[in-house]
Amino acid sequence: MTVAAEIRGSSPEKLLAPVLSAFWDEDESWTLDVYRRHEGYEGLRKALAMAPDDLIAYVKESGLRGRGGAGFPTGMKWQFIPQGDGKPHYLVVNADESEPGTCKDIPLLFANPHSLIEGIVIACYAIRSSHAFIYLRGEVVPVLRRLHEAVREAYAAGFLGENILGSGLDLTLTVHAGAGAYICGEETALLDSLEGRRGQPRLRPPFPAVAGLYACPTVVNNVESIASVPAILNKGKDWFRSMGSEKSPGFTLYSLSGHVAGPGQYEAPLGITLRQLLDMSGGMRPGHRLKFWTPGGSSTPMFTDEHLDVPLDYEGVGAAGSMLGTKALQCFDETTCVVRAVTRWTEFYAHESCGKCTPCREGTYWLVQLLRDIEAGKGQMSDLDKLNDIADNINGKSFCALGDGAASPIFSSLKYFREEYEEHITGRGCPFDPAKSTAWADRTEVKA
Amino acid sequence: MTTSSSERGVSLGMPELPAPAYPDDVRARLETDAREIVARYPDSRSALLPLLHLVQSEEGHVTRTGMQFCADVLGLTTAEVTAVATFYTMYRRGPSGDYQVGVCTNTLCAVMGGDAIFESLQEHLGVGNGGTTEDGKVTLEHIECNAACDFAPVVMVNWEFFDNQTPASAKALVDDLRAGRPVTPTRGAPLCTFKETARILAGFPDERDGAVAAGGSAGPASLAGLKLAKGEVSAARVVHPRDGGPHDVGGDVHDPSPTEHLSSHDAPQDTSASDPAHPAGPTAEEGE
Repeated sequence: MTVAAEIRGSSPEKLLAPVLSAFWDEDESWTLDVYRRHEGYEGLRKALAMAPDDLIAYVKESGLRGRGGAGFPTGMKWQFIPQGDGKPHYLVVNADESEPGTCKDIPLLFANPHSLIEGIVIACYAIRSSHAFIYLRGEVVPVLRRLHEAVREAYAAGFLGENILGSGLDLTLTVHAGAGAYICGEETALLDSLEGRRGQPRLRPPFPAVAGLYACPTVVNNVESIASVPAILNKGKDWFRSMGSEKSPGFTLYSLSGHVAGPGQYEAPLGITLRQLLDMSGGMRPGHRLKFWTPGGSSTPMFTDEHLDVPLDYEGVGAAGSMLGTKALQCFDETTCVVRAVTRWTEFYAHESCGKCTPCREGTYWLVQLLRDIEAGKGQMSDLDKLNDIADNINGKSFCALGDGAASPIFSSLKYFREEYEEHITGRGCPFDPAKSTAWADRTEVKA
Repeated sequence: MTTSSSERGVSLGMPELPAPAYPDDVRARLETDAREIVARYPDSRSALLPLLHLVQSEEGHVTRTGMQFCADVLGLTTAEVTAVATFYTMYRRGPSGDYQVGVCTNTLCAVMGGDAIFESLQEHLGVGNGGTTEDGKVTLEHIECNAACDFAPVVMVNWEFFDNQTPASAKALVDDLRAGRPVTPTRGAPLCTFKETARILAGFPDERDGAVAAGGSAGPASLAGLKLAKGEVSAARVVHPRDGGPHDVGGDVHDPSPTEHLSSHDAPQDTSASDPAHPAGPTAEEGE
């Protein structure tokens, strides 16, 4: 029904759907006043009029899926919380946005923190939790300031605290700043970190829904997933399902970055294509063409210009051999050396590997050694198979998804750009000039 | 002045003496803050990360005294506290500058010019990665992705955003910092010192007038899509996608069972042993 109609529209007004970002251009968009002027906390009123179980069913029926990368149905996660078990339940919002290329939650929290807070209150009412946490990565102090202020405002207005809007719901919300560790974006590592430990992933089962924070039933949701809930309640699940596809309904934030003419946030129904986004925003930077891109951060296998028309929803990207991930569309043009890009990502994974399991800790280390040699022109042809082999020994064999993420750029770059690796080996070095890739390369006046 | 064991390298013989305590007045003040932090959590140990930010706000880095303080407050051993303090990169292990200048050199920023910026700053300041200028003002570091890729290349100073930098703008920035000239981030509040930043991270709101509002609602890149959608800027071109892709409507939403996918993307099926017939992972060892 609507998929075709929406996507085949002929203007950005029809192709885009700003919901969470609808009023970011207003003065003081991050305040409670402005949020309420845009029907803020109306979704909460509607939610509190429902029975918690009906609310969970409603969110499930809306088809909302996790926006943190995996696409797990949000309502389903809530439903897994055992009720009547006599234990405290917790909601933990994963705001540890650190996947390379991902930059959606940070601008969302900076410009519109109340959408998250309203979503938190709704979710806590549903799962019967009286204490929620926002685990924000520490390296974004401007966002932390606004969260502190938004939480203060919400308490003062009676949206947090005791007997919220007369519903009988009591809720404490704690903003917790992390301290710099990519692994804490992995939900069980995040829980260990929130318990005051080294952020290392836990063995599952038990899953967080059964034994999460303090061994109590816990829902861990991404910022954007929770922030999308108030609009669903306020405008209805049918409205939500009128966007996107049957299996990937709704709107989401796409983050365009790299060698593009118009980097930034583009909120659109799921299923828009990179070609559409690039064409409306001015394409690649003038005089250059797309070489490779990631659909959802560095942990999702890279795509090339063959994939410009892949619908950017969970099924579409999956069918094309990658993952929707965080919808972080990092675009690189023909001046970029793919070996350099992959080497840098791999150095990142090696640095961030928590050290708990051997395949990831050792594998990422050796990948870096091989890649640095290849980039420096000291590699051998047999190194390419060795790279593939090591990546294969990490992928699916490590404790958590960090290892799988580290393997993705290796596999996909060897698949699409093996000749470029070979050129580094036969040509004894990198054929690219990094100066041509910089943001100022084509601007004569700012040459460094 | 004596040299600490870490400066001497490996120390043999005498174990290190316990860390000296904070002076009484400092300790009393920090204990008041610590009580407030601990009260935020159902379990006191959760206060450890904010407490480490707190002691960092006192001395500019996490000292043995600071770690001893955290251990005392939470009833932990210093080994337990040290294990945590050394895991996270935001805790500094030695004295550093008032301003931490971090240049993103993860792939996207690096390619867009982060590498060139980092190189020119090292040369300009005469320090390497992690080095501090002689005047004690600036500590230079390269950092990982800071979630601002649409503003690349990005430089962070005390974890405030300086977007769309060039080598020239970054050099001017550190010159201003060293000269004590006021510096305004592209998004965020006027800079405070590293210690003051650490206090905000410990969960104490920034009390400065206008600090929350500074920097406006959203950066220009954050508004790119919104402006197009509102017709405030005209689209470059709009195309229809080619046909194809799994956009066929119909079919039920996949309804995973709890055992199949209880929690999220990293459920064990994805990360267990390579040969499902011969599981080698911990699941098999522990049994059901």
